[in-house]
Amino acid sequence: MKFIELKNVNKVYKNGVTALADVSVSISKGEFVFVIGLTASGKSTFIKMLYREEKPTKGTVMVGGLNVGKLRNRKVFKLRRKIGIVFQDFKLLPKLTVYENVAFALECVGMKAKDIRPKVMNALERVGLKDKVRSFPGELSGGEQQRVCIARAIVNEPKLLICDEPTGNLDPKTSKEIMTVIDSINKDLGTTIIMATHDKDIVNRMKKRVLLIEHGILAGDYAKGSYKTNEGI
Amino acid sequence: MKAFRIFGRSIRDAVKSVIRNFSLSFASIMCTTITLLLVSVAIICAVNINNATKSIEDELSIVVYLDREVTEETIENIKADIESQKNVEEVEFKSKTEWKDEMSEYDDTFSTVLNYLDENPLSDSFIVKVVNVEKLSDTAEYIKSINGVDVVKYGEGMVDDVISAFDVVKKVVAIVVIALILVTAFLISNTIKLTIFSRRSAIEIMRLVGASNLTIKIPFIIEGFIIGVIGSIIPICVTIYGYVVLYSLLNGHVFSNMIVLLKPYNFVFYVSGVLLIIGAIVGMFGSLLAVRKYLKI
Repeated sequence: MKFIELKNVNKVYKNGVTALADVSVSISKGEFVFVIGLTASGKSTFIKMLYREEKPTKGTVMVGGLNVGKLRNRKVFKLRRKIGIVFQDFKLLPKLTVYENVAFALECVGMKAKDIRPKVMNALERVGLKDKVRSFPGELSGGEQQRVCIARAIVNEPKLLICDEPTGNLDPKTSKEIMTVIDSINKDLGTTIIMATHDKDIVNRMKKRVLLIEHGILAGDYAKGSYKTNEGI
Repeated sequence: MKAFRIFGRSIRDAVKSVIRNFSLSFASIMCTTITLLLVSVAIICAVNINNATKSIEDELSIVVYLDREVTEETIENIKADIESQKNVEEVEFKSKTEWKDEMSEYDDTFSTVLNYLDENPLSDSFIVKVVNVEKLSDTAEYIKSINGVDVVKYGEGMVDDVISAFDVVKKVVAIVVIALILVTAFLISNTIKLTIFSRRSAIEIMRLVGASNLTIKIPFIIEGFIIGVIGSIIPICVTIYGYVVLYSLLNGHVFSNMIVLLKPYNFVFYVSGVLLIIGAIVGMFGSLLAVRKYLKI
């Protein structure tokens, strides 16, 4: 079953730069896919298109049955509630505690307080931060902050988890730990995962499907375990 | 239920946010305070000018002097004729004896001269008050044409000038008040924009985790409301205290007895209510305008 489908997607920015050209790809439910490419290759645009931070200039982007390109601004929340997003820079609210940061995602959608607590604790347990609920982001290490970001992304039990270079700011050991968490989410919960990354070690070690984007073109779509080169990253 | 929950959380978040971003909230509150003070002064001036012009207009009347030979019957007929006019509000008869007494009291010379004469040289008269002062001269013209009427006096040219001058003053004051309210809206909305600019990352995160635009807007609108209401407290106090003191210092009138100030109660409460409403609405609207900018892609 096709969960994500891009058909002849083009993206040209207002300044005339073509970020994506005629990209067509489909991703099934429960898949784990890496999106790799050099800086300014268009992989960030690809990722942003999936959560409607960018709209395609041409072509269609379907995510979980929603035509993302045609989604109106005030309807974007319908898509965002179906997906979780993990960022390189974490995007945590510094004045909220770990618990509040994760609960924030559920409060925003109007969930009851008594339903929020078990869900938040569950998500924090999965990322191994149950004992840090009262800490503020500033008191945590980079790896821990990223775990909070992951907990916030999965607390709503999304069908799709989008990770935009989640290990970009972390050392190799912490990166490995984060990848273990993300992999377990894919295996245990069946969440579809799309992850943009620069980290060739991670890509080589995890042996997942790889989409290689070069100069805005989908230069390669490698099936699980078939990508084993350092080129293009 | 869900809507109530979101609204309840919005109120909690708005209060928290006013406290946590106190320096910026304070700037917005002070900005609201200063502009509302100006609005208050403008409203007080406008209402008082309006009131003064209205009471002066009410004082304007037509004095109708009758022929010296008119009989009692003719006087009654003339009165009925004048009263039948649509623009006539009140007709008061003033006999020549009353005039003589009044003038004698007014000046000793008059008194001596009038006593010297055998016969009262003055005429019986009517004092006519009109409904619409703008039609004063038309009514006066009609009265002049009635048989038995000798002279009609109503301050002719001067009255027309005064009425048109009042009209201009009223219009200018209305424009000033509206302009001040617009300036207030602009200033408050700009200051709130600064507050929101500092929290654009929070807005971005709210959007990313699936908050609807309305859910994002509500706490900011409530915050604007709180800022507007707090910002109107000082202007309200200054208005109530200041006007009461000013009224008693000036003994209730400005320059002469012609321009009478409105009594402080309940006038100051009405003005306070208007300030509170302006503060709250402008605060909410300013916030809404500012937050909308960050809800677009």
